[in-house]
Amino acid sequence: MGTTESLAYFHPELALSVAILAVIFVDLAFTGRAGRRASEWPGNLALAGAGVALVLTLGLHPLGVRGLLDDPTQAWLFNRMIVLDAFSVFFKVLLGLALLAVVWMSMSSREIRGQPNEGEYYALLLSSGLAMLLMASAGTLLMAYLSLEFVSLTSYVLTGFLRHNRRSGEAALKYLIYGGVASGAMIFGMSWVFGLTGAMDYAGIARGVAALDPGSRGALFLALVLVLAGFGYKIASVPFHMWAPDVYTGAPIPVTAFLAVGSKAAGFAMLLRFFHFGVGHDGVAAAAAAMPLPQLASVLCVATMTLGNLAALSQTNMKRLLAYSSIAHAGYALLGFVVFADRGVEALLFYLAVYYVMNLGAFWVVMLIANATGREDLEGYRGLAWRGGAAPALALGVFLFSLAGLPPLAGFIGKFNIFAAGVQAKLYALVVIGLVNSVISLYYYARVVKTMFLDLPAADDPAMRFTPSELGAVGVLSLATFVLGVNFNWLLRWVEVAGNVFRG
Amino acid sequence: MNGDPLLTLMIFIPLLGMAVVLALPSRAHDLIRWTATAFSAPPLLLAVALLVRFQPKVEGFQFVQRAPWIEAFNIEYFVGTDGISITMVVLTALLCFLCMIASFGIEKGVKGYYALFLLLETGMLGVFCALDFFLFFVFWELMLLPMYFLIGIWGGPRREYAAIKFFLYTLLGSVLILVTILYLYFASDPHSFDMTRLSQTAHVPMNVQLVLWTALFIGFAIKIPAFPFHTWLPDAHVEAPTAVSVILAGVLLKMGTYGILRVNYGILPAATLAPAWHGKSLAFWLLAALGTFNIVYGAVCAMAQADMKKLVAYSSISHMGYVMLGMAAFTPQGINGAVLQMFNHGTVTAMLFLLVGVIYDRAHHREIAGFGGLASIMPVYTGVTGLAFFAAMGLPGLSAFISEALVLLGAWQAYPALTVVGASAVILTAGYLLWTLQRMFLGPPNEKYLSLPEINARELFTLVPLGAIVIFLGIYPTPILDLQSPALVRLNGQVQEAARAAGDRVADAR
Repeated sequence: MGTTESLAYFHPELALSVAILAVIFVDLAFTGRAGRRASEWPGNLALAGAGVALVLTLGLHPLGVRGLLDDPTQAWLFNRMIVLDAFSVFFKVLLGLALLAVVWMSMSSREIRGQPNEGEYYALLLSSGLAMLLMASAGTLLMAYLSLEFVSLTSYVLTGFLRHNRRSGEAALKYLIYGGVASGAMIFGMSWVFGLTGAMDYAGIARGVAALDPGSRGALFLALVLVLAGFGYKIASVPFHMWAPDVYTGAPIPVTAFLAVGSKAAGFAMLLRFFHFGVGHDGVAAAAAAMPLPQLASVLCVATMTLGNLAALSQTNMKRLLAYSSIAHAGYALLGFVVFADRGVEALLFYLAVYYVMNLGAFWVVMLIANATGREDLEGYRGLAWRGGAAPALALGVFLFSLAGLPPLAGFIGKFNIFAAGVQAKLYALVVIGLVNSVISLYYYARVVKTMFLDLPAADDPAMRFTPSELGAVGVLSLATFVLGVNFNWLLRWVEVAGNVFRG
Repeated sequence: MNGDPLLTLMIFIPLLGMAVVLALPSRAHDLIRWTATAFSAPPLLLAVALLVRFQPKVEGFQFVQRAPWIEAFNIEYFVGTDGISITMVVLTALLCFLCMIASFGIEKGVKGYYALFLLLETGMLGVFCALDFFLFFVFWELMLLPMYFLIGIWGGPRREYAAIKFFLYTLLGSVLILVTILYLYFASDPHSFDMTRLSQTAHVPMNVQLVLWTALFIGFAIKIPAFPFHTWLPDAHVEAPTAVSVILAGVLLKMGTYGILRVNYGILPAATLAPAWHGKSLAFWLLAALGTFNIVYGAVCAMAQADMKKLVAYSSISHMGYVMLGMAAFTPQGINGAVLQMFNHGTVTAMLFLLVGVIYDRAHHREIAGFGGLASIMPVYTGVTGLAFFAAMGLPGLSAFISEALVLLGAWQAYPALTVVGASAVILTAGYLLWTLQRMFLGPPNEKYLSLPEINARELFTLVPLGAIVIFLGIYPTPILDLQSPALVRLNGQVQEAARAAGDRVADAR
C-alpha cells in the first residue's frame, strides 16, 4: 500500500504525533512565562493524546480481526515498511493502555509533578510510546532498527530525567552504554542477514533463508544471535539484562513502569515477528532443522527466569526487586517463545496482557508509597497495613501474589497458559524448572507482604493517609487482577485472533 | 447451571460472609464476631441437610452441579459429593463453625481474622466438593493465602518463620500437582479436567503413570504430612492461633489423604496397583511403610515434647499414619477404617487443640512441666481433657478405637509385619498421653495456678458437640460407615477393574 493510502490506517500514530507537538508548543508558549498555573497543561494534553490514540487503535481492532482488507499483501503499509494485522493491533492496544496508564501515573508522581521541565518529560514519554507502536508493527529490518533506537533514545533521556539525582544520571549513562553495545551488535547482525539474504523486509528475508546454501547456515545463525542480542536487551533477558536493575532503580517510578511493561511488550512483539516471518515460514520450529535456535531459546529462558528469581531473593529496594522479578517474568514469557506453535504465542500474548495489569499495579503502589514517605526500600514498608496504608498494602499484596502465580488471580492463569503450552509441546524439563522458579519467587514476594502485614510498625515510622482519588487506579488494576483470574474467556479469544497471524 | 445448588451455596456462603465482614466497621468487634459466626452456620445446616438427603447406596456423585467456565480449555465449574467426601464436607462445616466461636478471644485485627477465616472455609469446602481438576486446584491454592496470613499475623513468636515454611512447602507440593494436572489434561481425549472421567479418557503409558503418581503423592504427602515432608507441621501448629491449629489438623491434613484417594487411586488406578514386590504394588508398599513409620515416629517425637501443643502436633503425624496404612491395605476394612479415621482424627484432634488453647489463654504458656494437679483446680476441664486423651489413645468405646481397629484389621491381611509394628505403637501413644495427663493434672498443684478459672461456657460449647460425636461414634459407628462404605467398596472395585483393563491394554500392545 502506498504512502497516502496508508495514512488512513495510521491514525493512532498520527494522533500521538499531534499530541507530542501540542505538548511541546504548549510547554514553550505558557510554562516559561505564566509559571506554575500552566504546568497542568502538558500532562493533561498528553493524557488526552494517549487516550485518543488508544481509542483510535481500538477502532483498528475489527480491521485486524478481519485480516485487514482480507488480503495479506494489503496489510503492509507505507510501501512494505510496517504491518497492520491482528498481532500488531493487539500490541498497539496493550502499548496504548500502558502509555495512558503511565501518563496518568506520572501526573500523580511527586518525582515528575511540578518539575520545571515537565513539558519535555511528557513530550518524550509520548515519543517513546509512538516509537513502541512502530516497533510492534515493524515489517522490515530498517523499520525495526529505527523504531527500536527511537525507543532507546527517548528512554535514556527519560531515565535521566531527575537531573539532581545522581542515581538517575548514573542509570541513564549505564542504560546508554549497554544500549549502545546491544544495538551495535544488533545492527551488525542485521547487516549480515541483509548480506546473506539480500532483503530488508521479513518476507524477503524468509525467501532468502529458504534459498540459502547450507554452507552459509552457520553465518546466518551467528547473525541471528547478534540480532537476538538487540531484542534480548529490550525484553531484559539474560545475558542482556544487566542494565535493568540499575535503570529500574534509578529512573523515576513511572518511567520504570513504562520500561517494565511497555518496552518489554514491544520487544516481544518484535522478537516474535522477526523470528517467525523473517527466519522461516514456520518460525523457530522450521528453522530448527538447520539451526539450534530452539535450544538457544530454551537456554535463555531457563537462565532468565532462574537468574532473575535468585537475584531477587536478596533485594531490599522495591524497585530493584521488581526489576529482577520482571527479568524472571521475561523468562516465563520466553517459554512461550520456545514453544511458539501449539499455542505458545497465544500463551505469551496472554501472559504479557496479564503481566501488564499486575506489574503496573505493583509499580503504582510503589509510587504511592514513595509519594507519601519518599522511601523505596523495603524497610519503609514495615507495618504498612497497620499505619494507614491498609488499602495500598492490600493492593500490593494482590499484585505480588498474582506475580507469584497464585489462583484465583490473573498471574496464575497467565502461568497456567504458558506451562500448559509447554506441557503440550512436551517440554517437561522447562515446565518443571519454571514451576520450581515460581515457588522460589513466592519467597521474595511473600517477604514484601510479610513486611507490610506481619511486621509491626516501629515508633518512628510515619502514619499515612491516602485519598480515594490516589487509590482509584490501583483499585481498578487490582480488580482487573481478580477478574482476569476468574473470567478470561474474552482475553483468550482475543489472543487467539492475534496469534492466528502466525498460522498462515 | 442445573442441579441441586446445595453444595454451591455451602461453598460460597462463607465467601459472601467475607464480603459482609469486610464491609463492617473495623472497631465493631462483637458485631464482626457474630456476623462471621452467622455466616458459618448455614454451611453447617446445609451439611446436616446433606447428611439427611444423601443416599449412600446410589452409585456415583450426588448433588452434582456443573456449568462451563472456560470454554477454551474445557474447564467446568463441577461440584458433587460421594461417600468419600461427604464426611469431610460435614467435618469442615462443623469445625469451621466451632472455630468461629472458639476465636472470640482474638482481639488483634478482628475483621481481617474473620474475613480470612471465612475465605479459608470456602477454599476447604471447595476442595472436597470440586470434581473438575482445575477447579480443585484453584480451591486447593485458595486455602494457602488465608492460612499464611492467619499463622503469620495472629500466630506466636516465631510465626513468620512458620508461616512462610508452611507456604513454601505446600506450594512446592502444589506445583507437582499442577504439572500432573496439565499432563493428564493433554493426555486425555477429548482434553478435559473432569476428575470423574480422567481415569478412562487419559491414556498414559505405565512408566509415565508411575512418575505422575509419585508427583501427586509428594504433593499430597506434604499436606498429610508424611515423613519426610512433615517438618512444616510442628512449626505451623505451635505458632498458629488455637482455631487455626484446629483447622490445620482437623481439615487440612485430611486433604492429603483425600487427594490420594480421589486422585491417585481414582485417576491413576493402574499405577496404584502395578505389582512390584510380594504381590503388592510399589504404591502400596510406599504408603504402608511411610504410614507405619509415621505412626511410630510421630509417637516417639510426641513423647519427647515439653510443649503440650507440639505434643498434640506430633500425635497428629502419628494418627495420620493409620490413615495411610489403612489406605495401603486397600481391603474393605482397611479403607473404611482409613476414611473413618480421617473423620475421627478430625474431631479428636480438634478437641485436643481447643483444650490446649483453653489452658494457654489462662496460663499463657504450654509447658507440660509447668503445671501440676490441675485436676483439683479445674475439674471440668480435666474431665473433658481426659475424654479427649482417651479418645486419642484409642480406648474402646470411643470413636478412634473403631477406626484404628478397622485399619489394623485390614492391614493385618496385607502387611502382617508392619501391622504388628503399627499396633505396638499404641503403647507409645498411651505412654505419652498418660504421662502428660499425670504430669499436668495429677500430683501436687502448682502454687502459681491455684486461682486459674474453670473452663467457661463458650469454650465448653465448642467442645461438647465434638465430645458427643466421639462418644456416639465409639458406641455406634454404623451410620457413618453406612454413609461411606458403599462408595469405598465401589472405589475398590473400580480401581481393580481399571487396573485390570490397563493391564490388558499393555498385554494387547505386546
